[in-house]
Amino acid sequence: MPEIKELVKGLADKHGRTRESLLPILQGIITEERFISDAAMTEVARELDMSAALVYGTATFYSFLDTKPRGKYVIRICRTITCDMKGKKQIIKTLEDLLKVKVGETTKDNKFTLLETNCLGWCHKGPVMLINDEAYTELTDEKVSEIIGDYMKNK
Amino acid sequence: MANTVNLKIDGIDVSVEAGKTVLDAAKELNIHIPTLCYHEDLCVAGNCRVCVVEQEGARNLVASCAMPAQEGMIIHTNTHKVRNARRHVVELLLSEHNADCTKCYKNKNCELQDLASEMVINEHMFTDLVPIKNYTKDQQSPSIIKDDSRCIRCQRCVRTCSELQHVSALGVAYKGDHMKISTFFENPMYDVVCTNCGQCVNRCPTGALIEKNYIDQVWDAIYDKDKHVIVQTAPATRIALGEDLGMEPGEIVTGKMAASLRRLGFDSVLDTDFTADLTIMEEGTELLTRLKKALVDKDSSVKVPMFTSCSPGWIKFIEHQYPEYLENLSTCKSPQQMFGALAKTYYAQKKGLDPSKIVSVSIMPCTAKKFEAARPEMRDSGYQDVDLGITTRELAVMIKQAGMDFEKLPDEGFDSIMGDSTGAAVIFGATGGVMEAALRTAYELITGREVPFENLDITPVRGMEGVREASIKLEGLLPEWSFLEGVELKTAVAHGLTNAHQIMEAIKKGEANYHFVEVMGCPGGCIGGGGQPIPTTPEIRKKRAEAIYREDTGMKIRKSHENPEVAQIYKEFLGEPLGHKSHELLHTHYTKRKRH
Repeated sequence: MPEIKELVKGLADKHGRTRESLLPILQGIITEERFISDAAMTEVARELDMSAALVYGTATFYSFLDTKPRGKYVIRICRTITCDMKGKKQIIKTLEDLLKVKVGETTKDNKFTLLETNCLGWCHKGPVMLINDEAYTELTDEKVSEIIGDYMKNK
Repeated sequence: MANTVNLKIDGIDVSVEAGKTVLDAAKELNIHIPTLCYHEDLCVAGNCRVCVVEQEGARNLVASCAMPAQEGMIIHTNTHKVRNARRHVVELLLSEHNADCTKCYKNKNCELQDLASEMVINEHMFTDLVPIKNYTKDQQSPSIIKDDSRCIRCQRCVRTCSELQHVSALGVAYKGDHMKISTFFENPMYDVVCTNCGQCVNRCPTGALIEKNYIDQVWDAIYDKDKHVIVQTAPATRIALGEDLGMEPGEIVTGKMAASLRRLGFDSVLDTDFTADLTIMEEGTELLTRLKKALVDKDSSVKVPMFTSCSPGWIKFIEHQYPEYLENLSTCKSPQQMFGALAKTYYAQKKGLDPSKIVSVSIMPCTAKKFEAARPEMRDSGYQDVDLGITTRELAVMIKQAGMDFEKLPDEGFDSIMGDSTGAAVIFGATGGVMEAALRTAYELITGREVPFENLDITPVRGMEGVREASIKLEGLLPEWSFLEGVELKTAVAHGLTNAHQIMEAIKKGEANYHFVEVMGCPGGCIGGGGQPIPTTPEIRKKRAEAIYREDTGMKIRKSHENPEVAQIYKEFLGEPLGHKSHELLHTHYTKRKRH
């Protein structure tokens, strides 16, 4: 996997090779690859001369550091109590219907992954979801259809 | 004069050195505070909360293992609040713990079980979560079984693997209620950088990490009338076995062990110490040959320093982490494997046995020996050289199963041949022992004189410091060794793989310039091996090491080259050290393994 090797080397050159560089390097891999494969983790461990189990431990600790393949757009619906009360269940149903996947799954064309996440800090504007780094608030069925339709067509 | 602090625990005044914890202070007063994640060998984690105590003026209970003793502190260790809290901690741990104790290998040897019993926890206060937890059990390694359903996530193993061993095959993955102790990508232990050293097994308070036991297979071999079962016992088992059978640490039980093995039904009760002596002959000669080639002939293909190769944990460590130094490893097999190769050849010939009917069993202080015995390289006799490797602990189980009163057994000797040994072989069990044994022989071989240390005790290589160095000036050599005249032989000793890592880094950076380096994978050497009785603590290691040196002092012969059976085997079978036959049976090669 020469690309991963180069990516990790580049990130290590940029962030350093100490233990505290681990997190920015893992975030860098997520930005490029959407997930951190075992090959990528091995490469990080090699580049930073640290245990691979430690890299794995760090990656699995943070929910936004995915260790399984994800689609181009990762949709994360807030599952916490306020969004739940404001109707996140219905939003999930709408998303599942639109994307034809269940929570935790990726669409066949690898474009979308649907996930739940803990509180995103938008409780006053719930229900809320993230698509990659973009937050979408005060969601309704119509709004969700519009947003997803736009992603399907234009992105 | 160190600063002291004064505090009061349960109404009793106590003074301790500044920096000591409340737990340490309570120990001074012989007040027992229960612990789980705490271990004397490891850094404080403070995560299990079982050691909580009440501190006057503090809002919350404090973890005594992590709380430094402070001037004027007033501590209560046995209040209603404390007892309730501890009880809830244990109950909560049990709610996620597979408490099917009768089916657990650690039954009656489990710190969690002890606590539950002490607290008289008879019913579930909290919902039993085990059925919904989907725990995994990894049984693929020949050495270690990892059963997550028994894990209480105290992280002793994680700290052991990183602090003591610089391996970090085990780490903490996920978080919250999903948190688990995991290898890289949850791969099986045999497929990661684990060295099989078993230090985690020795420190696990429950049955989450245990050795793979071969007790039933050994019994089956013993009961099979068609099989001749040979047993060999490592140097370090004879000074620790008693601990699992009701005796105090540091008692020498060589004679009782031999008696118990005979009564268990082993057909030949032999001694790994014999091949430890043989190792010295082979490894000593190899060292001198290497030095000649490297220093005199300037042959750059010969690598110096030479590393010892007796410890299979160390071997796997270097195979994973420093494969560029594999050429520096002595090609000598470990004493266990030399023994195995000879048992099915030399011993079989001498005794008129059919090697295909021999079952070769080893009793080792080590879990990595199980892996070593199964290595594909270790079949030079034409069969698997060592069929079954069991730990000191497993032997203790067998002795109990057989209904023996171990302490009352008579002292017996080993059978002959391959049962004779010297003091040099016994000290293989302690860190620095192989070095000392090698120096006793090598020095005498090349000078014709004994090593210039009082009573043959080469004290600079003894002790528990992580890395020790010693050098001997080679002077007044016999004519055939005159090429080494004036050389200052530089040696180093390391025990525990973190210290091995330190020495390897120094060598890599060119900061250290040694000729001969002894590395033992476990802290203290084999006496602190992963297969030794639990618990193993710094104090217990010290007692076991003292016993080893006592055993050495008490031996009639204390130099490997004076072992009469060693002389005999060279005359009758092997020819000479590093000879053709030795190469075939006693030497091996190593395999580069993945670093991550």
